[in-house]
Amino acid sequence: MLEDKDRIFTNVYGFQPWSIDAAMKRGDWDNTKDLMARGQDAIIEEIKASGLRGRGGAGFPTGMKWSFMPKESKDGRPSFLVINADESEPGSCKDREIIRHDPHKLIEGALIAGYAMRARAAYIYIRGEFIREAETLFAAVAEAYAKGFLGKNACGSGYDFDVFVHRGAGAYICGEETAQIESLEGKKGQPRLKPPFPAGAGLYGCPTTVNNVESIAVAPTILRRGAAWFSSFGNDNNKGTKLFQISGHVNKPCVVEETMGVPFRELIEKHAGGIRGGWDNLLAVIPGGSSVPLVPAAQIMDAPMDFDGLKALGSGLGTAAVIVMDKSTDIVRAISRISYFYKHESCGQCTPCREGTGWMWRVMERLREGNAELHEIDMLQEVTKQVEGHTICALGDAAAWPIQGLIRHFRPEIERRINERNGAAPLAVAAE
Amino acid sequence: MPKLTVDGIEVEVPAGATVLQACEAAGKEIPRFCYHERLSIAGNCRMCLVEVKPGPPKPQASCALPAADKQEIFTTSPMVKKAREGVMEFLLINHPLDCPICDQGGECDLQDQSIAYGKGHSRFAENKRAVTEKYMGPIVKTVMTRCIQCTRCVRFAEEVAGVEEIGALYRGENMQITSYLEHAITSELSGNVVDLCPVGALTSKPYAFEARPWELKKTPAIDVMDAVGTNIRLDSRGRQVLRALPRINEDVNEEWASDKTRHAVDGLVRRRLDRPFVRVDGRLVEATWERAFEAIKAVNAGSSVAAIAGDLLDAETMYAAKSLVRAMGSDLLEGRQTGLSYDVSSLAALNFNTTIAAVERADVVLLVGTNLRWEAPLVNTRIRKALRKGNAKVFAIGPEVDLTYKVEWLGNDAALLAGLPQAVLDAFKGAERPVLIVGGGALKLDGVQAASLALIETLGLIKDGWNGYNVLHFSAARMAGLMLGYAQEGGIAALAAKAPKLAFFLGADEVDYGRFASSFKVYVGHHGDAGAAAADVVLPGAAYTEKPGTYVNLEGRVQRGGRAVFPPGDAREDWSIFRALSAVLGCTLPFDSYEALRAAMIAEVPALGVEGLADYGWSAPSLPSIAPSGEFGYPIQDFYLTNAICRASPTMVRCSAELLHGQSYAEAAE
Repeated sequence: MLEDKDRIFTNVYGFQPWSIDAAMKRGDWDNTKDLMARGQDAIIEEIKASGLRGRGGAGFPTGMKWSFMPKESKDGRPSFLVINADESEPGSCKDREIIRHDPHKLIEGALIAGYAMRARAAYIYIRGEFIREAETLFAAVAEAYAKGFLGKNACGSGYDFDVFVHRGAGAYICGEETAQIESLEGKKGQPRLKPPFPAGAGLYGCPTTVNNVESIAVAPTILRRGAAWFSSFGNDNNKGTKLFQISGHVNKPCVVEETMGVPFRELIEKHAGGIRGGWDNLLAVIPGGSSVPLVPAAQIMDAPMDFDGLKALGSGLGTAAVIVMDKSTDIVRAISRISYFYKHESCGQCTPCREGTGWMWRVMERLREGNAELHEIDMLQEVTKQVEGHTICALGDAAAWPIQGLIRHFRPEIERRINERNGAAPLAVAAE
Repeated sequence: MPKLTVDGIEVEVPAGATVLQACEAAGKEIPRFCYHERLSIAGNCRMCLVEVKPGPPKPQASCALPAADKQEIFTTSPMVKKAREGVMEFLLINHPLDCPICDQGGECDLQDQSIAYGKGHSRFAENKRAVTEKYMGPIVKTVMTRCIQCTRCVRFAEEVAGVEEIGALYRGENMQITSYLEHAITSELSGNVVDLCPVGALTSKPYAFEARPWELKKTPAIDVMDAVGTNIRLDSRGRQVLRALPRINEDVNEEWASDKTRHAVDGLVRRRLDRPFVRVDGRLVEATWERAFEAIKAVNAGSSVAAIAGDLLDAETMYAAKSLVRAMGSDLLEGRQTGLSYDVSSLAALNFNTTIAAVERADVVLLVGTNLRWEAPLVNTRIRKALRKGNAKVFAIGPEVDLTYKVEWLGNDAALLAGLPQAVLDAFKGAERPVLIVGGGALKLDGVQAASLALIETLGLIKDGWNGYNVLHFSAARMAGLMLGYAQEGGIAALAAKAPKLAFFLGADEVDYGRFASSFKVYVGHHGDAGAAAADVVLPGAAYTEKPGTYVNLEGRVQRGGRAVFPPGDAREDWSIFRALSAVLGCTLPFDSYEALRAAMIAEVPALGVEGLADYGWSAPSLPSIAPSGEFGYPIQDFYLTNAICRASPTMVRCSAELLHGQSYAEAAE
């Protein structure tokens, strides 16, 4: 279990004020100038050495992502850092807590990350529904400007850096990096084709890196305490600490910082007060937010909660939004609701996702009631395969995976409903 | 130059080419809906998926993927086939199966591709989506339930037409293509979205339910609605041209056509002159050809004869009339109906020398007294391209209008030509490919022609391999007319002053007929418009769709069009009218067939016999330098009603009323 002294987010529960004075007492903005004085390449190297993987879901090594940015502008275009605070994945609520209670970690991280990748400014794209959080963030940025930590000669480092907070309008797809860039530019939030990648041509056609809030917010602490400290936690290739967001049928749902790779059972027992009704009552877990396939109880109980450990189970860590479902759950209905979410949030740009998400949801709704034929389960599986991997962005995949997980692990349940509704025992069907 | 293999065939493509282009180079057909050569890449239909090695183990959209060296592309592998079938199934689940009542039937990309990639049955047991109807104006009919959201129309409106009036609303399966606030699309190019639409969502409103594509006879022709010389295809059935579509010609119209080009054709069956008329006691009465010819003979004009050419004529008609006038002993010819009288000693100095295609490479442009968007919409799109692609700078002198791109208006004063602001001079000083475009109508003001020619020197318009001096005419007959000598010193005023006893008006409807009060006026044309109303004898001729003809566009490009249908009633091809009349008047013309006429014309003006750009050889006339002064006015007051055909076209009349004069046409409740 992670000791208190090793926690990065020391105010994630809001026991102390979020304001800059309180944040400075907690160690934020502590000699940021010195951190920056290490030099841009040294910062990137340190982040690389820490093994930090992006916290937005895909788990791309953060240091490597920063190193893709051009070291000098050959044509006078500035570079930008975009911080993705459009946290909309059902189950995820870590960025919200960071911005609510520890916004200065994010803002300091923005300065350091922006400096390291030679960005002119950072844009924090915050989800539209986060109204209070956006107010906090606006105020926190103003505080940082007032102290001289941002703007011209930020923190006395001689580097000019601005942070802009931009409020989204509540579209899930604007959490996709290129759709977010489109939205920042004032256009309809639709993912762009890649290539060109944002590091080549992103916001306003300039080199851009899009990072998750958590990835940025942990950077100053990693630099202060050293890459070795950060990488002392977790398993190979899955280093550091991570905010887990435990929701669903646990006794005490919570957001908690833990080491990567913490066993599921330990995570739930220590922080969430155990499964409602005991471990025998556990049905399945969606370990990484709505877009990853569910994992049935037997497989998840002792699994390590990290990128590779969950990948081995055919699922993923995603944003570490752990959705726990006990045996009272109508699992088909749960997945159907997720399908509805993706149908609702598909941007409509490319064909498989636009047409497929609606189709999948409608079939799921019928499966929920058993109002279907048995062969339609296979058809649904085929449709998910027709969507997966055929779209511009990953939303198509995200819509397909939960259904694939359901069919993989709960096919007997779906069949039971169909048979029951048809009112005929399997034998009677055979007799026809 | 990346080298790659497509299904085992090795191809080399230019750097920057896409995999789709590489596949086409290898002769492989890639199905597509959203991709279009002339629009930006959207990559959203996902129909063009191919398998690429090396690459991720999933199919890739070939339209958006850059071709790279040593790539291996597979276009027929099981993975590709399955992926395309999947996409096709998705496209069809919410597409109505109303092909039998859809105007796109028979020329529908979705229909064609579904034969190759469609399933034989539907697995979709849910309800299909229906989309509320949209309104896109008098040209574009919408059935949005058929839309497959390829966004070609959105990209066309934004990128080519320059009107950001089509866009997408909502998201996911509720995404809808719509026009801005349900208004008509205020573009003179809106009809092109009908061609671009791969399904039947956007179809032609005037052509709705007229015909199936396989019933139509297709005739290549040249458009006469403006001087661009748009290459068109006339689709006709029986005796009627039902629609005009653009043909691809990279040098002229790419693959676009203006709305006037497309939709004025319904004027060809209205207000037609289908028999001769003779004025008796002040009224035009129907007559036979013999009676009409006798009336002309009775004038006994001798050599006091003149011919005035209209705007829509082919060279052969003008040559036939010229031959008759000459045979009668006169040389009074004029084509500039509205009274222009600029110097015509050098045709090169009246030509669009830069050429239409090259204008898109211009870096600085100065427009003088020309509303390009109305006078030559497809030249305007080229300049828009120059701005989009290469950051060209555009200055303009004249009344301010919206040209769909950023223009620095210098004011409306011809005197500016003699004293351009320093900023303009500086911009031209640094320019490699400068362009000056002087509107044909602008030459009306005294001194403008001389002053604009003087700018060649001042602005450095002529460089090695580049001639930036352009005059932009908007009359399709103008350049051919000038080549055939349809221009008098002093213009039509000087001609009228000679008071010819007999005057032929060849489809000339914009003439001030008051000038010819003393002349016996013979109108040879196809529409009962201003000219016929003023005439003493009306001889029914053929419209541009009813005769083969040679046309010279504003850049001096000689092009030939064919005959789609025959003239109605007793109307005849114009050249044969002059040939027959010549026999009655006793000066029989030396050609008995169209071929003989054309041969005689080419013998006289050899340039008309060679299709392609005519070589006028550059020379600038030396003109007396008069200080230019006055305000420019644009020659076109109403884009949709510029000639007799348009004025007879219900579609054009409606466009004019609705788009230019703000009248609303209520759709009849069905």
